Amino acid sequence: MTVVPDLKDTSPEKLLAPVLSAFWDEDRSWMLDVYRRHEGYEGLRKALAMSPDDLIAYVKESGLRGRGGAGFPTGMKWQFIPQGDGKPHYLVVNADESEPGTCKDIPLLFANPHSLIEGIVIACYAIRSSHAFIYLRGEVVPVLRRLHEAVREAYAAGYLGENILGSGLDLTLTVHAGAGAYICGEETALLDSLEGRRGQPRLRPPFPAVEGLYACPTVVNNVESIASVPAILQKGKEWFRAMGSEKSPGFTLYSLSGHVASPGQYEAPLGITLRQLLDMSGGMRSGHRLKFWTPGGSSTPMFTDEHLDVPLDYEGVGAAGSMLGTKALQCFDETTCVVRAVTRWTEFYAHESCGKCTPCREGTYWLVQLLRDIEAGKGVMSDLDKLNDIADNINGKSFCALGDGAASPIFSSLKYFREEYEQHITGRGCPFDPAKSTAWADRPEVNA
Amino acid sequence: MTTSSSERGISLGMPELPAPAYPDDVRARLEADARDVIARYPDSRSALLPLLHLVQSEEGHVTRTGMQFCADMLELTTAEVTAVATFYTMYRRRPSGDYQVGVCTNTLCAVMGGDAIFETLQEHLGVGNGGTTDDGKVTLEHIECNAACDFAPVVMVNWEFFDNQTPASATRLVDDLRAGRDVEPTRGARLCTFKETARILAGFPDERPGAVEESGSAGPASLVGLRLAKGETAPARVVHPRAQGSQDAPSAEEGE
Repeated sequence: MTVVPDLKDTSPEKLLAPVLSAFWDEDRSWMLDVYRRHEGYEGLRKALAMSPDDLIAYVKESGLRGRGGAGFPTGMKWQFIPQGDGKPHYLVVNADESEPGTCKDIPLLFANPHSLIEGIVIACYAIRSSHAFIYLRGEVVPVLRRLHEAVREAYAAGYLGENILGSGLDLTLTVHAGAGAYICGEETALLDSLEGRRGQPRLRPPFPAVEGLYACPTVVNNVESIASVPAILQKGKEWFRAMGSEKSPGFTLYSLSGHVASPGQYEAPLGITLRQLLDMSGGMRSGHRLKFWTPGGSSTPMFTDEHLDVPLDYEGVGAAGSMLGTKALQCFDETTCVVRAVTRWTEFYAHESCGKCTPCREGTYWLVQLLRDIEAGKGVMSDLDKLNDIADNINGKSFCALGDGAASPIFSSLKYFREEYEQHITGRGCPFDPAKSTAWADRPEVNA
Repeated sequence: MTTSSSERGISLGMPELPAPAYPDDVRARLEADARDVIARYPDSRSALLPLLHLVQSEEGHVTRTGMQFCADMLELTTAEVTAVATFYTMYRRRPSGDYQVGVCTNTLCAVMGGDAIFETLQEHLGVGNGGTTDDGKVTLEHIECNAACDFAPVVMVNWEFFDNQTPASATRLVDDLRAGRDVEPTRGARLCTFKETARILAGFPDERPGAVEESGSAGPASLVGLRLAKGETAPARVVHPRAQGSQDAPSAEEGE
């Protein structure tokens, strides 16, 4: 595990770096005894031997950045919590994974929930919190079941509860199931939801670090960010920094999906490219070529086959005009209609817009109307500029990032595939056959 | 005038009568559960989402009686509870089937075949989006991305994963559900009814022996990277479409 992968080497053993996923193939990988066999809760012991402030500094020096999309340094978030303020502090783990294409936290929690729980204990020790919450989206009952059990096991073993491992740390962990709302992945909407309200984003400032849950200092971190902390403590920040780049160090989960030969989870140092991932995994499905893809879910501007060699880290993807996001690599081949894809994403944003602010609520509605017309062959050329204009009125002018996310597929698809939109207008309809895009299109034995 | 305005979807200008209360025994049982839930949170209102799951586990959907119960327990108004119950998609607002079959039709699943599956099921079951079969077994709906894109197209039944579906497999699935035959999720535990699922969502662990471990540690797609990294699968050879007569350059050129 200490081998620093050489990105020039093309063998998967060298390019990949399973840490969180290292033992998902073992029987009952989600149970405490299996986790312990893989150095589980050893990072916690090292953390408890440090002072909380030293621990925060250590995580900061490791360079760990948020894995939920924005890439904000995790240790810095912890440092923002005012200490000695006499108020309760809270840690809230964002497990509301709902960004279209994103599918990393759910398999992680299904196969290895203790990595998250250990990370939670470490984080709470650092920020001096005695109550943490896991806000899990409700639509994943298999994961909820395992989280319930893992938390029970952790309490029974003394990793949660009172005086954890004799350190004097008391910690209550509550697993909270959401009820279906994409917006609750936005951290302030999540906090409102956790307080028993409609999930609508809050105005910032004040930021959650100052006034979060119940108006108390709160850290909101993504599942993968927190789950990565125990390994950093256990193996050392130098080990962590030896992977990835100076500004984007460490390992992460890349989720390959769509028209690829081997969809799935690939844990690798930050900075691997889509070409490398496809090369080792069999490429696109046989006989087809990559047309467009998202680096980090539908809210990150799409890429094309020109971007196969973009290093998939925060800086690399940013420099190429998109965002690393959640590393949800949704790959679509040449059978896919980009107008259909963008229309469906936009319908999603319109459905999930919480309605609080006008640009997002009204803008996403009108984008859907225009896109449906274009897809159905009823659009006119001026609709394309209107799409751009409406997206421009949402982007950066909405209350939260949902609006920016809704604008991304519009801008990027018009940038790379304007001709295809025009074809729908001049040809009075969609030139694609959706049957050719299905998973079974090239398998005659599956009747559709 | 006896039809409730919410059922009719229009206001007749007449205020609704208060919802009938739960029978005493039901109320006593739910109150004990509710106190359990409320005790998990520093502020009681945080218990609202789980309590709405709890009342849904009693009646299969969120009724006015259920909302009144939540309001009573948390000292909120029914308007405050209704505002929350109507915001979240997992709360059903009318009676529905024992098995909620959700077909993902967000872009990736839709393109990979989710649209075809959803169309096939609508036709096969004779119901539209949100419709329930006459036998009260199956409620069909399309759902948004469920964080399983590497298993596309995905169908959820009572929020357990049925991965890599086709129109034929999904048709078999709903037929089995209606016939009372056992079906096994690809990831998750043997199915319980929608009401029982709602109870787990309220934060009460699944007590069925073995339920937690069913379907193994991880789905196959979750392991592909790990297997490659361990050298258990030979690095796949990229088949160049050119060699198969396609015009365009492949996604992956000669490595390195």
